[in-house]
Parts: sequence; C-alpha cells; structure tokens
Amino acid sequence: MPIGDSIPLVGIRWDDVLFVVLAATLLGSALLAVTLRDIIHCGLALIVSFASLAGIYALLGNPLVAATQVLVYIGAISVLILFAIMVTQTKNAPVRLVFQTQAWIAAVAAAVIAIVISITVLATTWPAGGQRLWTSTTEVAHMLFSDYVLPFEVVSVLLTAAVVGAVYLARRDSGPREGDRS
Amino acid sequence: MSNSLDSYLVLSGLLFAIGTFGFLARRNAISMLMSIELMINAVNLTILAFGAFVAPLRVHAAVIALLVIAVAAAEATVGLAIVIAIFRNKKTPLVDEYDSMRD
Repeated sequence: MPIGDSIPLVGIRWDDVLFVVLAATLLGSALLAVTLRDIIHCGLALIVSFASLAGIYALLGNPLVAATQVLVYIGAISVLILFAIMVTQTKNAPVRLVFQTQAWIAAVAAAVIAIVISITVLATTWPAGGQRLWTSTTEVAHMLFSDYVLPFEVVSVLLTAAVVGAVYLARRDSGPREGDRS
Repeated sequence: MSNSLDSYLVLSGLLFAIGTFGFLARRNAISMLMSIELMINAVNLTILAFGAFVAPLRVHAAVIALLVIAVAAAEATVGLAIVIAIFRNKKTPLVDEYDSMRD
C-alpha cells in the first residue's frame, strides 16, 4: 500500500522525518562512541552510527553505496574493531582515565572545527539543485569499469598488500630460530 | 530539510568534529582508530551529498565513495594490526604509555 509523500494531517514530508531521525541517531551514537567508558560499548555505538549512515546514503538516492556501507563497515570493519578490542583488553587494570589530561583542549578544537565548517557551509552558495538525484547501480558499474578501472585495480592491489602486511605485523614471533615453537 | 545540500554538509561537519575530538582526547589506541573511521565516514558523506545534489558529479561521487570505503578498509586492517603488534610488546593499549622514545 503506498503511503503519501508527506504525513497526512501534519504536512511534514516523510523524507524530512527520516533525515532528522537518522541524523540524530548518527550524531548521538557517534558521541557515545567517543565518550563511553567501556570500549566494547564504544564499538557497539560505532556500529549504530555506521548503520544510520547507511540509511542516510539510501536517503541520498545511493542504494549501492548504502549496501556497501552495511557490508564493509558493519560486516567487516566493526567485527575487526571488536576483535581487536577483545584481544587488547586487560582485565587486571581497569582504566580510570578514559580521556587524556588535555581533553578540554580537544573539545575546544572540535567545537571550533564544527562551528567553522557550519558557518562556511551556510555562507556559501553551492551550485546545487534543490532536489536529490537518484544514482542507478548500472551507471555506477559502467563508470567503475570504464573510466575508473585503473583506480579500481590499484585498490585491489592495495587491499592485497594491506592483508599481507597485516598478517605480517600481527603475526606472533616464532622464536629466534625457524621452526622453534615455544 | 532533506532536500537541501546544506543540512547534509553541516551533518558531516559535526560528525567530523566528533571524530576529531575522539582522536585527540581518547587514550586508547583502538578508540583513536574508531575516531578515524568516523572522520572517514564524514568525508564520504560529504562526497555523496555533493554527488546527490550536483548533477555532473552524480556517478563520479558514487564511484569515489566506493573507492574510499575500500581504502578505509585497508587502513583499518593495517592500523589494527599495528595496534595489536604494539600491544604484544607493551602490554597496554593506552597511547600515553608508549613513551619509550622519550628517553
């Protein structure tokens, strides 16, 4: 059953409602992810922020990037981060200080960045239309495999190199001699 | 509100500022990497917002966003591997205790 373009009696458009809800979820969970005391909770809040960002991508008319966000960020990077958290958690030393001692300077710097970016955005007249455009997956695929095929291949080489490098870095040392298993 | 480029750009600016705060203020190395992911996501949101509202950039923005996601995945892999390697030597994930080069 199709629902209308806007909420019947109030007259607010559904897209605006979705945008406000997703943006509030995104900013709230991002704030939780950088301020919570338990780092596992930080990782879970980060997953929520990735998911709401995927919703915003879908709202922007980009279903392929939204699906990639879910697959790569929620499916791969979040799991990797949670795994690293569990590997590096120390049980015997509860962390009393979550933040550095100069955290207020960081807060001031972040507030300055937010204010400067907001003022710049609002003061600039962008050459943009007032309507969101839909991006079809077919067009993206054609562009990716014609004009952008060199970056695509470079990224594949980079991913391979990153995987090899990560395995080399995180590998447990096998002792002074080859084949010496302690 | 959802049909204006400004709201998306302000949203991404706020997300970037939150990521900056987390990167500068947290003590845990993995928290800093999580903040970097937040900042990369903010930049990606900017790219896609411009792509959705400026007609000539539409398809390019989607392709560039996909490439950025792939590079961010590579960055997270190597970064977390480095953190795990340091943790194996130092037995702590807190960056302000990595001070052996200070002497």
